[in-house]
Amino acid sequence: MELSKLPGYLLGRLVKAAIVILAIVVCNFFLIHAAPGDPASIIAGQSGAADARFLEQLRAQFGLDQPLYVQLWIYLKGVLTLDLGFSHRQQVAVASLLWDRLPATLLLTGAAFVFALSVGVAMGALAALRVGTWGDSIITVLALTFYATPLFWVGLMLVLLFSVTLEWLPSFGMASVGVDLHGIDVVLDVAKHLLLPALTLGLFYVAVYARLSRATMLEVADQDFVKTARAKGVPEGRILRRHILRNALLPIITFAGIQAGQLIGGSILVETVFAWPGIGRLAFEALLARDYQVLMGVFFCTSVMVVLFNLITDLLYAVVDPRVEVSA
Amino acid sequence: MTRLLTVDSLTVALPQGADRPHAVEDLSLHLDAGEILCVVGESGSGKSITANTVMGLLPKTLKVKTGTVTFEGEPMLGLSAEALRSRRGRRMAMVFQEPMTALNPLMRVGDQIAEALQVHGKGGDARARVPELLAAVNLPDPASLAKMHPFRLSGGQRQRVMIAMALALEPALLIADEPTTALDVTTQMQILRLIREIQARKGMGVMFITHDFGVVAEIADRVAVMQHGRIVEQGPAAEILNAPQHPYTRKLIAAVPHGDAAEKAEIRPAPVLVMKGVEKTYQRGGWFGAKAVVRAVHNADFTLNKGETLGLVGESGSGKSTLARCVVRLVEPEKGEILFHGKDLRPLSRQGWLPYRKRIQMVFQDPYASLNPRRKVGDAITEGPITHGVSAAEARERALDLLRLVKLDPSAMERYPHEFSGGQRQRIGLARALAMQPELLIADEPVSALDVSVQAQVLDLLAEIRQRLGLTMLFITHDLRVAAQICDRIAVMQRGAIVELGPTAQVFGAPQHAYTRALLDSIPGRDWTPPALAETA
Repeated sequence: MELSKLPGYLLGRLVKAAIVILAIVVCNFFLIHAAPGDPASIIAGQSGAADARFLEQLRAQFGLDQPLYVQLWIYLKGVLTLDLGFSHRQQVAVASLLWDRLPATLLLTGAAFVFALSVGVAMGALAALRVGTWGDSIITVLALTFYATPLFWVGLMLVLLFSVTLEWLPSFGMASVGVDLHGIDVVLDVAKHLLLPALTLGLFYVAVYARLSRATMLEVADQDFVKTARAKGVPEGRILRRHILRNALLPIITFAGIQAGQLIGGSILVETVFAWPGIGRLAFEALLARDYQVLMGVFFCTSVMVVLFNLITDLLYAVVDPRVEVSA
Repeated sequence: MTRLLTVDSLTVALPQGADRPHAVEDLSLHLDAGEILCVVGESGSGKSITANTVMGLLPKTLKVKTGTVTFEGEPMLGLSAEALRSRRGRRMAMVFQEPMTALNPLMRVGDQIAEALQVHGKGGDARARVPELLAAVNLPDPASLAKMHPFRLSGGQRQRVMIAMALALEPALLIADEPTTALDVTTQMQILRLIREIQARKGMGVMFITHDFGVVAEIADRVAVMQHGRIVEQGPAAEILNAPQHPYTRKLIAAVPHGDAAEKAEIRPAPVLVMKGVEKTYQRGGWFGAKAVVRAVHNADFTLNKGETLGLVGESGSGKSTLARCVVRLVEPEKGEILFHGKDLRPLSRQGWLPYRKRIQMVFQDPYASLNPRRKVGDAITEGPITHGVSAAEARERALDLLRLVKLDPSAMERYPHEFSGGQRQRIGLARALAMQPELLIADEPVSALDVSVQAQVLDLLAEIRQRLGLTMLFITHDLRVAAQICDRIAVMQRGAIVELGPTAQVFGAPQHAYTRALLDSIPGRDWTPPALAETA
């Protein structure tokens, strides 16, 4: 890629991304409105007094008596100023609620992502090198097992083994409760809590990366330019690093981009199982409590993430693969 | 002269279950320094396996059973992997057939050449040597070319890079495995000259693998002819080319398209197809980038008369396929008239086109890709007629007739495409096209993917069918020898335009356009006239 083309390309892509996000926000808005149940009656129900006049008053107070397009306009204006509304249930602004929870989720999913990518690609590469041998079979079987086992079950079993039986690791939460820790101890404490949920979340992707990288490496190893490298006397180790692995990385980047986009939305189950105080659990609780403002905030947050990581993936691709022409 | 390479009674086993027990059997050959040995044979004859054995690059599934390979006085087969590696690239180098895939797409070409130097401990010279090497293979502006990635280079340029890479450490032996087969004819001639020139300058021994006797005539000092893993005949080039002894060699040489056509029937002007002012332009780029415009077809008028075969010749990218595809609307031109029996086809709707689909049929280049692998041959042939309202029974009857016409067994109806060889599949493709009883047949490089003896069979078949059915044919090819053999008239295309159009004999005998002359000069082995050989069984 020619670097001079980059700013124009980036600008074009950002404009497109903004349009996509706007469309998603509008869709979310209508989706929530299509769901049965009227927010006013929920609030009234929760406060215990539900006569018709109180309902009217609530509707007027929250603007629910306005026509739909006016409500949409108000919501869009809010989103543009990053005001995502107010959670009546928790009595906090949605944006600050999301800000509080975001770091925990990013820590969890980021750790799972790095774990899955590094272990998965390493396993795949190893299997490809030893194709047709015992090592290959063991890795393939292992990957298939990870692939086929449901997440929550893996989580529960890990808890059973490491927390209940062996008592090595804590089973829930993000930090130990009721202990006063400082400095490095805090980090270690969080790391201990992080291990099981990150492992649970990552195992499925380990399998995906292992299988993907094994297949692409075998495919690349068969290509003509690898033979060329051999014919000019390049040692096997260098062929692997400089010729096979680099080319095999391309499809892996594509998939990593997809996974990264799901970093926030994909952890609902794991966060619930391990009581991890992140966005996923927030979404789950908001759903149960019909806290629609929060739910819409989570949707907005995840969609921004997906669009963002798609853009990053495409940029990365253009940097890694010289054949990719950037044109918006 | 010093003996560089000796291969003595080499036998390489094929894995069990292959169609023959040995890839190469009891093969002996030798090569001196400063000599070019051409190993000739059709696909599957074991020529590439021989080359890979010498290089120590055999796939793990193939094992050397017996025999010795001696290179520069040392036995090669017993050497350790590391000892072989240190010789590859340094003492012996290889150039492959497919320049488009033989270079690492993610590495700059300069780095790839430098790598050859680095892995043999000469990395220090790389900075100075790389531009030198690129210049030595006549590439323009070596310094900036070294910084490019392979996808920016043409096939010919890539092949030059491959040769520069092979020559980086001045090896004593160069093995070239069909290095020009994937290239256009003019590029092929340049590469052949380059190899010969460098070989003469450095006194290298070259083992040149090819299937093309034209190329052999162009470059070889000595020739070894291979069939089914064995060398059937071996000797000085002049001897093999002009007085072949073995029946297989004689058959191969007899199959070389000889250029002079058989008696041509008189063609009366009765236009079936007239192309007038057809233009097709491709555009690339949009929003932010600059637009790139390629004029794929322009100034390409021609008239095709009833019963006539018109050859469209030109190099890749000349627009010959695009022009042909415009006729059947696989490509939609922006301008011009496509008159079929006086009716302009271009403005017709999809519906309006339907009746013409039947009357104009096409045969494609790749016999492997142009048949649906999951459909029986019978279904592939009858599908068209049935779609156009012929009853299943009648379509079947016609399909059986056609299989006989293209000399295939009627049992082929119930078999799948993968059970047939390339030549057989191309005949199936032909039968499928003929099943529609077309008036006009468009053949897009129908013999380019075939071995020379199979190619000769398909060409004979085409000529015969044409005579029997009175077909009108538009025949697209990059091979001038093939065109000369089958076409009544020839249209030479260059960069989207027809630059010369005339009767075959006239175009070949007295070419008017400079490009036509360049093409004719590039025909490999143009100075060699294949000897008239009595047909051998």
